[in-house]
Amino acid sequence: MAMSGGVDSSVAAILLKQQGYDVAGMMLRLWSEPGKEDSNRCCTPDAMSVARRVAARLDIPFYVIDAKDIFRQKVVGYFLEGYAIGETPNPCLICNRQIRWEFLLNHALSLDADFLATGHYARTIADQDGRIQLLRAVDPAKDQSYILHVLTQEKLARALFPVGDYQKADIRRIAAEFNLPAATRHDSQDLCFLAGEDYREFLKRNSPEILVPGNITNKAGQVLGRHSGLANYTIGQRKGLGISSPVPLYVVSKEKASNNLLVGGSEELGALELLAVSVNWPGGNPLKTPFKAHVKCRYTDRGSLAEVHPQDDGEKVLIVFDEAQRDITPGQAAVFYNGDVVLGGGVIQSTR
Amino acid sequence: MIYMDYAATTPVDKRVLEVMLPYFKDTFGNPSSVHRYGQKAEAAVDSARETVAHVLNCQPEEIIFTSCGSESDNLALRGAAFAMRKRKNAQWLITSHGEHPAVSKTAQQLQDFHGFKVEWLRLDEHGMVTPEAVELAIYGETALVSVMYANNEIGTVNPVKEIADVCRIKGVPFHTDAVQAAAYLPVDVQSLGVDMLSLGAHKFYGPKGVGALYVRKGTDLLPSQTGGGQELGLRAGTQNVPYIVGFAEALRLTAEERDQRAERVRPLRDRIIGSVLEGIPDSRLTGDPIDRLPQHASFVFKDVDGNLLLTLLDAAGFACSSGSACKTGNPEPSDVMNALGFSREWGLGSLRITLGVSSTPTDIDALVKVLPSLVEKARVIRK
Repeated sequence: MAMSGGVDSSVAAILLKQQGYDVAGMMLRLWSEPGKEDSNRCCTPDAMSVARRVAARLDIPFYVIDAKDIFRQKVVGYFLEGYAIGETPNPCLICNRQIRWEFLLNHALSLDADFLATGHYARTIADQDGRIQLLRAVDPAKDQSYILHVLTQEKLARALFPVGDYQKADIRRIAAEFNLPAATRHDSQDLCFLAGEDYREFLKRNSPEILVPGNITNKAGQVLGRHSGLANYTIGQRKGLGISSPVPLYVVSKEKASNNLLVGGSEELGALELLAVSVNWPGGNPLKTPFKAHVKCRYTDRGSLAEVHPQDDGEKVLIVFDEAQRDITPGQAAVFYNGDVVLGGGVIQSTR
Repeated sequence: MIYMDYAATTPVDKRVLEVMLPYFKDTFGNPSSVHRYGQKAEAAVDSARETVAHVLNCQPEEIIFTSCGSESDNLALRGAAFAMRKRKNAQWLITSHGEHPAVSKTAQQLQDFHGFKVEWLRLDEHGMVTPEAVELAIYGETALVSVMYANNEIGTVNPVKEIADVCRIKGVPFHTDAVQAAAYLPVDVQSLGVDMLSLGAHKFYGPKGVGALYVRKGTDLLPSQTGGGQELGLRAGTQNVPYIVGFAEALRLTAEERDQRAERVRPLRDRIIGSVLEGIPDSRLTGDPIDRLPQHASFVFKDVDGNLLLTLLDAAGFACSSGSACKTGNPEPSDVMNALGFSREWGLGSLRITLGVSSTPTDIDALVKVLPSLVEKARVIRK
């Protein structure tokens, strides 16, 4: 059981014990900037102490695994590289694929574990062919299947998501019944290694060479002002552009080649199509022909109807939305669903 | 689970627990009180002090009860440093990076915050402090030499008697941390010739939270905890009567049974060392191969995260420890590994297996059977 000290993974451990599993708790020690170890959302000393107490309370062993080097190399490296190429990377995808569901899973297996459980809100189900499908959680407000679309059949066969079958309110109730100690941490979507700070400060300290100032232009090529480095802006951003205009201006795109930040009115925002690459099909069966699906382009997105056109044997997909979408951001994931089933997902490369 | 971490701590001996129990509830008085409750409690502490003095071959008034071995070390270092500075303007403390942190960190603080200078002794390849090294290190006015009796991490037994001889000739007080040694080595302070000696009960089947410091009569010491004048004015605070009683009984039993206990664990320990060095590639024994504690086996494995190895061992049912023991997943080689000159790739992969009264040949069989594959697992997973 991957434990974080939070309510979800603590209750997940309780549920597993109740279901008769032989449970051991594990926690990853992730990388933090030197001096900011106390603020890493995923593994502060406080969170670790809470997880340890929960484990002691449940009478299960608890192990902390050092993942600092690999996390710095794979996840933080990916994050910095993504910004360097003008995207808005989602390092949680890499963390789930390479740290949680590879590094941690391998450690769990080396302890002779049969499964790795996490406190994610998602579900799995075996279909009649014996394939395991990844499903949305029962509680739509907490569903985390978006981030888990990176899992393969091999990983899903080892995955348990005990809280995915419950409403968050039920999980809180169980936690209260067991009088579990709880970590004092906020339920934030910030990246753990940013330690609650804005990512721009992190970039400035850790990769200042990424931030090359350039021109802010409109579609017509007029220079409207200067920007402090493309990485400091996200698609759809309105505030903080530092230019005055009679109509509100938004970041429309980041032109890596010219280092220009393209802005425009709200009518210029939005795209009908996107191309996603490095597509994973959790069900193990890449679809080859176009199909209708619900597509989520960011974690908090509610999803929109679109037609998905697989390319290169499902390695890439072209997604054509029924209606134009604002704020589609290269570097984030596009995940497509059939009802509750996660069909697949990939990293957004470009929009049109 | 098989417990093989007796150097970390030991369970309280049933016989020890028995003699402690009355002092929690029935004979609960404060030893400083005049009334009969106090008299009884004081008698218990006094008789415990006598028992300890008898084992150490010293006078009862030379025994100071403390809350643990670390406190004993602190009292010895701070007490001697400040008293000796007052008396003869002594500046220097002599110790080594191989010491338990209770000594080395205290010396470091005395240097960083209190104006003393520390001469750090070199260790030989087996982690031993030689009398020659001590002799060379003494110059100027020295407040104290502190060298541990036996090393907690690597089990090496120092030539304490010879070091004490050097110190006596040079006229410098000598303290030894015997917390790790007392379970298996004689602690006769006359034949050892030490001026101060630290003990902690939980290393020899006594309770946690009680220790003692032997202070040879005439040794200058400033109290490090001031207050009501208990413990001959050197350690204020109401005595922890049941624990002091437990300390004395545990030490008495240990002195009585020491040789049998050592004879029982030594061959088991030797089997572990032999099988590891033969069966596991890129493994080395740490500490002295001969002059080491009889229950103590310690190793380094190249390219292994010692913490991960402990995790694998725990999952396989064995409780052991390592020099870089760390429960927060933040491994660093220990000071001792660094002092022995191990590179990071070796120094991080330390393992300590320490045996005790409940260790059996079957336990050893089980351990040596799985250990090679667990070391291999720990290596593979990091690649």
